[in-house]
Amino acid sequence: MKSKGTNTNGVKIGLECHAQLLTKSKLFCPCSTDYHNSEPNTHVCATCLGLPGALPVVNEQAIRYGIKVALALGCEVQPEIIFYRKNYYYPDLPKGFQITQYDFPIALNGLVRIENAGDGGGKEREIRIRRVHMEEDPGRLVYKGTIDTAKYSLVDYNRSGIPLVEIVTEPDLRSPKEARIFLGKLRSILEYLGVFEGDLEGAMRVDANISVGGGERAEVKNISSYKGVERALSFEITRQKNLLRRGLVVKQETRHYDEVRGITISMRTKEFEHDYRYFPEPDLVPIRISDLVGEIRREIPELPDEKKRRFIAQYSITREHANALTFDINIANFYEEVASKTDAKLCATWVADVLKGELNYRAISMREASKRISAEDFVVILNYLKRGVITERGATEIIREMLDRGGNPDEIIRKKGLASIDSAEMEKAVLAVIKENKAAVDDFKAGKKEALNFLVGQVMKKTRGRATPQEVHRMVREKIGE
Amino acid sequence: MIRKEEIEHIGWLARIELSEAEKELFERQLSSILDYFAVLDELDTEDVEPTYHVIGIKDVVREDGAKEALSQSEVLRNAPKKEEGYFKSPRML
Ligand SMILES: [Zn+2]
Repeated sequence: MKSKGTNTNGVKIGLECHAQLLTKSKLFCPCSTDYHNSEPNTHVCATCLGLPGALPVVNEQAIRYGIKVALALGCEVQPEIIFYRKNYYYPDLPKGFQITQYDFPIALNGLVRIENAGDGGGKEREIRIRRVHMEEDPGRLVYKGTIDTAKYSLVDYNRSGIPLVEIVTEPDLRSPKEARIFLGKLRSILEYLGVFEGDLEGAMRVDANISVGGGERAEVKNISSYKGVERALSFEITRQKNLLRRGLVVKQETRHYDEVRGITISMRTKEFEHDYRYFPEPDLVPIRISDLVGEIRREIPELPDEKKRRFIAQYSITREHANALTFDINIANFYEEVASKTDAKLCATWVADVLKGELNYRAISMREASKRISAEDFVVILNYLKRGVITERGATEIIREMLDRGGNPDEIIRKKGLASIDSAEMEKAVLAVIKENKAAVDDFKAGKKEALNFLVGQVMKKTRGRATPQEVHRMVREKIGE
Repeated sequence: MIRKEEIEHIGWLARIELSEAEKELFERQLSSILDYFAVLDELDTEDVEPTYHVIGIKDVVREDGAKEALSQSEVLRNAPKKEEGYFKSPRML
């Protein structure tokens, strides 16, 4: 069978997703996690620097967040957890080992449902979750110039010890696109839980295992953006297929994803699983977590799938709109606030299609946008639209103006002259256009349908879009008919 | 018994360079340690729970709260090489 693109049978992808949890302090020490806009090495102490004699103490909130994530992914939470040392040398790891989990992780055997077209039209697929565990984030390496030309690396340990939850899937993903959709769904769930902020730089980092046609798998490390996942996987699948086509074998190896060039590079590593010499962290004792599960289960909010079903039932909106509105918890909340005060169906169109489009165009999140456009403002805009005070074009313009420069709807309507014209003013404009375009009027009378569109366009131009096209249409016909 | 290649691999994992004399010395020493474990292996541990920790304490956690960190100059005080607030290290990869 001929293959098409990278989306073919025989592709198996498993992901290891590392998400930073939004605790106030680090996993094993009281350093603040609010480091994203700070000078290097200003959020560190003896523990997260790995100085001799410093002892780790587990942050209970991090464990609770980990359990919450596990429950939301449908996992079986384990009765007792143990931390392990994973030993290897790398400059971002000050102790010479990472405290992580091995046997006795937080949870096993979960399930995430995705729609593989991502737009509500695709078929549903089940992606099994193998395990969920906790570990500490390493520090961050910075290179002067590019990674190729830098003579040394600079190390910032602010990130060292930030709590990560690692979510490992079974190799159930069948294409790079499915992997991207899965990650989007995971991000969505984690943000619903209030334990994760996907917009923060480096908040989610992914390693991927990929095999083609039942061959050996390669592990691609260092994928740090949502877009990067699809690109890295596509590159890797093409690379493996080209090897197989030439009759060569795919080696089991670890490869590094180069985000700038969009390629994967062999790390020529000699380390294997047993070289990490995992053993129980002697400085941390086992933690029994069974007793926490009931309480944490009650804290789990309505999740995206449930919310989607409720939106469809409660607001009679389409599946596509419900998908678009529930992906981001901030958009879902904004929609509900507006929908409760005005026409819910109209609101779905204006939030899912218009507002979301404007946000994407500006690459800003709903969280940011809500500082400039409140739900109350949006209610005002939609009510004006319903009453014919403004046209659709006017409403869009108000939204754009508010996102770009702020202000409030009434002020913008006044300043930009967006109020719809009344029928007397529209009649004046229509009569003027008919008078000025005799030829087009004759063409229309002679049966040329396009001439009508031309005349309507002229009226819209004259009224600077403050009239509704359908009404202009109706009035132009009416006046010519007279 | 432990082979010379294994000694070299362990040295590499620890990023320690070993001389030929050291390799021979460690080969002998590690082999005798492993031989002793072979003696321990003879014990019947069928009905014994594995020991993950030697102290009998469980459930030690702390509340989530941030405390002041060290100053940057304090953090970098022991660093042999530094630059613009960063530790300087050899380039990897
Ligand atoms: Zn610290």
